[in-house]
Amino acid sequence: MSDIAIRVDNLSKEYKIGTAKYRHDSLQDHLAEWARSLFVRNSPRLPKSADRVAPSASRPSPKGYIWALKDVSFEVKQGEVVGIIGRNGAGKSTLLKILSRITEPTGGFVEMRGRVGSLLEVGTGFHRDLTGRENIYLNGAILGMKKVEIDRKFDEIVDFAEIAKFLDTPVKRYSSGMYVRLAFAVAAHLEPDILIVDEVLAVGDAAFQQKCLGKLQNVAKEGRTVLFVSHSLAVVEHICRKGLVLQGGTLAFDGTSKEATDYYLRGLSVGRQPSTSSTIDLRNATGRPKACRPLLKRLELFGDEGALADGALKIGAYFKACIHIELDKPTASLDAGLGFDNLLGQRVFTTHTLFQPDWKREERVGEQMFVCEVPSLTLVPGEYKIKVALDIDGVEVDYVEDAARLTIVESNYYGTGKVPWNGVFVLQQRWQLK
Amino acid sequence: MARSIEVHPDTDIPVLRIEPSRGWISLRLRDLWTYRELLYFLVWRDVKVRYKQTLIGAAWAVLQPLLTMIMFTVIFGHLSKIPSEGLPYPLFSYSALLAWTYFSAAMNRSGNSLLGDAHLIERIYFPRLIIPLCGVVAPLVDFFFGLLALVGMMFWYGIMPTWSILTLPLFLLLALLTALAVGLWLSPLNVRYRDIGYAIPFLVQIWMYASPVVYPVTLVPERWRLLYSLNPMVGIIEGFRWALLGKEITAIGMIGVSTITVLMLLWGGATFFKRMERTFADVV
Repeated sequence: MSDIAIRVDNLSKEYKIGTAKYRHDSLQDHLAEWARSLFVRNSPRLPKSADRVAPSASRPSPKGYIWALKDVSFEVKQGEVVGIIGRNGAGKSTLLKILSRITEPTGGFVEMRGRVGSLLEVGTGFHRDLTGRENIYLNGAILGMKKVEIDRKFDEIVDFAEIAKFLDTPVKRYSSGMYVRLAFAVAAHLEPDILIVDEVLAVGDAAFQQKCLGKLQNVAKEGRTVLFVSHSLAVVEHICRKGLVLQGGTLAFDGTSKEATDYYLRGLSVGRQPSTSSTIDLRNATGRPKACRPLLKRLELFGDEGALADGALKIGAYFKACIHIELDKPTASLDAGLGFDNLLGQRVFTTHTLFQPDWKREERVGEQMFVCEVPSLTLVPGEYKIKVALDIDGVEVDYVEDAARLTIVESNYYGTGKVPWNGVFVLQQRWQLK
Repeated sequence: MARSIEVHPDTDIPVLRIEPSRGWISLRLRDLWTYRELLYFLVWRDVKVRYKQTLIGAAWAVLQPLLTMIMFTVIFGHLSKIPSEGLPYPLFSYSALLAWTYFSAAMNRSGNSLLGDAHLIERIYFPRLIIPLCGVVAPLVDFFFGLLALVGMMFWYGIMPTWSILTLPLFLLLALLTALAVGLWLSPLNVRYRDIGYAIPFLVQIWMYASPVVYPVTLVPERWRLLYSLNPMVGIIEGFRWALLGKEITAIGMIGVSTITVLMLLWGGATFFKRMERTFADVV
């Protein structure tokens, strides 16, 4: 298959636990250990590869070793943009380090077709005392560019970084923003067939991040293969076609980026057991900060056909929520609100008594109930987390994050049988051709 | 790491294969050649940074051996009256110090090089050999400034160089290879055991007295000379004195022994370095 750019086959990497312990230690300890190993046969060296078949989570590795990566196999086609997600310690960095040849695997192999460029950080090798101009050449060479190549792209790099005026100033006098811009600009002009990127977009201000993202998308459009590790699920969904989820050193999921982020999020909420019944007990909710007074008691969700049994609602349907509270002392200033977050953690909709012009405030005590009605909830299909909050005297005294999950399902909202596949909400609209 | 870059027979696309390395592997000098521009830029960085914030810049390169020479001339030349084989003692010691200053700087830099560039090793791939190599190439710049001062001194003392000066690059190369060989052994060890970092200055000091810097080789008893010349710096310093000052060569055999020692040390060091290289990123 000639259109496969990266082939990873049963890739494994074993680390000795306590490598960290040996980092800066002295010869003395090692001599002692070596002397001991002379007397103890079969001291904890790596087992022969024949014994090392199918290492898995169920088969613990020999004492003192840990598999940072276990039998990971996948293929990336030429021109594909692949996002790799996973929790800390899932093996993302180890995978990137092997692919960029910084460390060597313990088992398996990788085959890559084309020039490989890797960016595990921007500004690798920048020297504080050197000027911007000097650092462009140094950093370019470190990233694997030839001098003639840097000469050719020099002006472009300076333009992209917007530092023309400070070209001959040592970079230690740069603001952090300028430094990062310059560093990214050099990296962005690397032209490998396969680009391996780690989180480098988490730098700079929002406008610059946008510029970087655009650059990365261009790289993809030019038919280059990109392997991208990120914590930002929205970015992965946005720029990657394919997604891989790593879990505990193994490949847990391989599919489209949308499926991968969904899979990852489901994994995160395991153990939280988001309630899908229509009545949610809030008294012992896990999403409540310790500092809150637990005044919120119960949340009930309704659709146009009564209680929401499965937590699912069609696009644009009627939505009602009842928030039950119990006030321990009389109070006159009472407010409540609901917030809807998508699974990427973005707030998509907030409703609050504060927004209602004729909201009456009168003294209340004991059990009370807020009723919130939304005539048409026009969020796009997907899963949403509902936050419920209670304010007394303008202070948020109690709130529960992710109190309930609401699933919006596709419906014939526009009457055309078509629903939007992106965006956040749907709205009534009118088109004309004149 | 066993990596191979092969060009696909039909398409011209390089195919890179990454897999665990087994046994002793080749030095991959071709890989080193591909990255020659990186070596150039790293050396250029070291030289630039070194002089960037100094007041007198390159003058340091001359002052260091010059002041040492004056000290040695007073202590060893005048007070101890160590013979200098008919040469003025300042010239006698400076010609050796020229080689020695370069060698000790090169050994020191390449021995500490991997730690100094640890952040590069953790972040990006390139043939790791470039790092200690850069450590021995960068001090050459200082060497040339020091050489200029020697030319001035020779003029002053009225000693004209002979055709033998043409062999100087050969001895310089030998000094470079010796420093590289030591660097290849010490720098990977330094990554693992920080003890090495403390030991290097001490090693430099002892090594200097084991080399004919302040005294002539003829002071060493005849029967110990062969053993003595196992120290590569013996042959190199003798060579320097011969090439620069036209001093009668004491024993061509000593230079031969020194050369063989260097080559063996270098081969062993390169193999050792390659073997240790696999775990640099995990240990640094």
